[in-house]
Amino acid sequence: MTEKHIDEVSGVSTTGHEWDGIRELDNPMPRWWLWTFYATVIWAIGYTVAYPAWPLLTSATRGVLDYSSRGEVKQELAAASAAQEKYIAAIKAKSVDEIEADGSLRDFATAAGAATFRVNCVQCHGSGAQGSPGFPNLNDDEWLWGGSADQIHKTIVHGIRFVDDPDTRTSEMPAFAEMLNPGQIGDVSAYVASLSGPVSDPAKVEPGAKVFADNCAACHGANAKGNRDLGAPDLTDAIWLYGSGERAIAQQVRAPKNGVMPAWGARLGDVKVKELAVYVHSLGGGE
Amino acid sequence: MLDVGEVERLEAEAVNSARVRQPLYAARKKIFPKRASGQFRRFKWIVMAITLGIYYLTPWLRWDRGPYAPDQAVLVDLANRRFYFFFIEIWPQEFFFVAGLLVMAGIGLFLITSTVGRAWCGYTCPQTVWVDLFLVVERAIEGDRNARIKLDGAPWSVSKMVKRAAKHTVWLLIAIATGGAWIFYFADAPTLLGEVLTGQAAAIAYMTIAVLTATTYVFGGLMREQVCTYMCPWPRIQAAMLDENSLTVTYNDWRGEPRSRHAKKAAVAGESVGDCVDCNACVAVCPMGIDIRDGQQLECITCALCIDACDSVMDKIGKERGLIAYATLNDYNANMALATGNGAHAIEPALVRQPGGRLADKVAQFHLGKIFRPRTFVYTAVWALIGLAMLYALLTRERLQLNVLHDRNPQFVVLADGAIRNGYTVKLLNMIPEPRTIRITLEGLQGGAMNAVGIEPMEGETLAVEVEPDRLKSLKIFVRQPRDLMRPGSTPFRFVAKDVAGTETASYDANFIAPEASR
Repeated sequence: MTEKHIDEVSGVSTTGHEWDGIRELDNPMPRWWLWTFYATVIWAIGYTVAYPAWPLLTSATRGVLDYSSRGEVKQELAAASAAQEKYIAAIKAKSVDEIEADGSLRDFATAAGAATFRVNCVQCHGSGAQGSPGFPNLNDDEWLWGGSADQIHKTIVHGIRFVDDPDTRTSEMPAFAEMLNPGQIGDVSAYVASLSGPVSDPAKVEPGAKVFADNCAACHGANAKGNRDLGAPDLTDAIWLYGSGERAIAQQVRAPKNGVMPAWGARLGDVKVKELAVYVHSLGGGE
Repeated sequence: MLDVGEVERLEAEAVNSARVRQPLYAARKKIFPKRASGQFRRFKWIVMAITLGIYYLTPWLRWDRGPYAPDQAVLVDLANRRFYFFFIEIWPQEFFFVAGLLVMAGIGLFLITSTVGRAWCGYTCPQTVWVDLFLVVERAIEGDRNARIKLDGAPWSVSKMVKRAAKHTVWLLIAIATGGAWIFYFADAPTLLGEVLTGQAAAIAYMTIAVLTATTYVFGGLMREQVCTYMCPWPRIQAAMLDENSLTVTYNDWRGEPRSRHAKKAAVAGESVGDCVDCNACVAVCPMGIDIRDGQQLECITCALCIDACDSVMDKIGKERGLIAYATLNDYNANMALATGNGAHAIEPALVRQPGGRLADKVAQFHLGKIFRPRTFVYTAVWALIGLAMLYALLTRERLQLNVLHDRNPQFVVLADGAIRNGYTVKLLNMIPEPRTIRITLEGLQGGAMNAVGIEPMEGETLAVEVEPDRLKSLKIFVRQPRDLMRPGSTPFRFVAKDVAGTETASYDANFIAPEASR
């Protein structure tokens, strides 16, 4: 212990620490600082009593207020669910068309449907419901199975060509490679392409029309406008699920792809499926 | 007329004077300001009445805005994010008006400070005004300076306890009223008052009252001058704005020194005597506990009460007023040079006097012309420029606005007939408190047609939209263009919104996006 030393200039005693002749004054802490410090000590004691604080072997003290951040989240979630209840009850009770007729209910269902869509549907239909070859674009106004809210709802509930659902929408385009020769396939492809645009060899169109009438019109209709009961697409418009142009058409004639969509009714439940239908119907192409 | 020797000498020592300057962490020495009277004191009473009146009464002013908006003249409606100021309504995105006001206030402060020094501190700062108010209470209950010093030193007795309790109770009531008045700026005042009194107001209202009650009571009653000296950055900042032509409260030692309590005796002895009779009246009235005769110092808020105190003494002994006065550094220096022969000798009061005892003509006096100098002109010009720009912006601002956001995904949709459709989120801002019907049209998109979700389908190029008063309406609008009119890539066009009943229009430049190469 060094000797007590008083600084000559300030008259304050020093701590006894010295570095190259520089000494540290032993001034007291400012009182406001001390009182603040004592106040924080008292606060800390109160805090550890009131809130979870002391770690134990397997858990921690719970505190007399029994607070936990998890519990707080739970409460907030419960409050949010409670706020949604009246909408959900209404959606349960109403048909899709009735939901759409009710402004605030429609807004709720659209927002909720969008959330469900992002989790369950974007994998195939894309984040903007814009689709991709083989997976239909839900924004446009071409609907294989019907574009009313009710029809969309039915499609979502039962799926398409989904074997586990007896009510699923189903149809199957046969593989015409076994029934038509390559020349006929080329002709009919040229004819179908000519319905919506120019073709490479106009001479093929007329024989193609005959092939079409014999083989395709049964499902796609004599005017090739399609048939929604069979999910047969309109072949005269600008929208092509499996690609446009003669080559893509020929490919689909030879060995057709028949896409599958799962049935969502059982998986997501009544309310969510209705919300999804409202959302998809709102995308702009709904009928 | 009193003789110099008859002027009462007050036992007053400047708490914060250079002679007894204390270390920063030392306990505060109490200050007991004596009541002053005079022109500046009267002016301060008037300023106090006006500032307190504005603060307490403003929320109760009514202003009719029709059935769709609150009728409170000044209201910061945080819940609905609107700010009402008489005929002006401000939305959050127009907050730059408030920022502009703050800039104007800042430059106004530069202007005021460069001309009349720390007038803000001395007259209008809430700290000064409320301390003044609290001192009125203290004086009414405990008496003036001497009585208060005596009471403070006296042992605790029933009468002391009663006085102290009464003082602190009144202080607390003022503090509660102060904190209470603040919340009325944020909600309908009469409704909120009822709710507060019946315990039905929001918790935040009571918390705000509690916090502001505490700060008012502690700052105005307990801490007083310490707030200015230790907590406030303003004195440091303001000092930087002063120059040699700014008015500050000045002890004119060129005519006051050498000070003497026994002027007659000294005069008889042939010593030169200044005007200061060392009565300490200036020290006794100072709310900051300083001795202005030590010169300009950081603590001085230029409240000018020492001028009043000194003037009344000068009146009594028949000397000219202005021993302590508002003076500029230039004038002071000129007069000092006169009194000291340009610093050649100590102050010789005779040099600044005429034989009759009046001040010499050569003594520099302040005149209004000194206010007009380049610095004040620049401040005034900048201040006015910002004010005019804001006024222009306010008078020409749009009360109907349109914002358009193009869908990102998908950017466009090919429809069955080959037409291209683009989706937009359109936000219509009806910024007046009346419902309006807005007609939206497309301009510059050949063959363009639109429809909106949730609005009666209306083919063609117009949509009629009902917008609620003072609200934003968000619409999902689909725009279509036929295949044969389509241009590949991005085509600029314009959404135009027009008030059906009025003349106001708003437009937004948007783009219509089509596939790059058409099929």
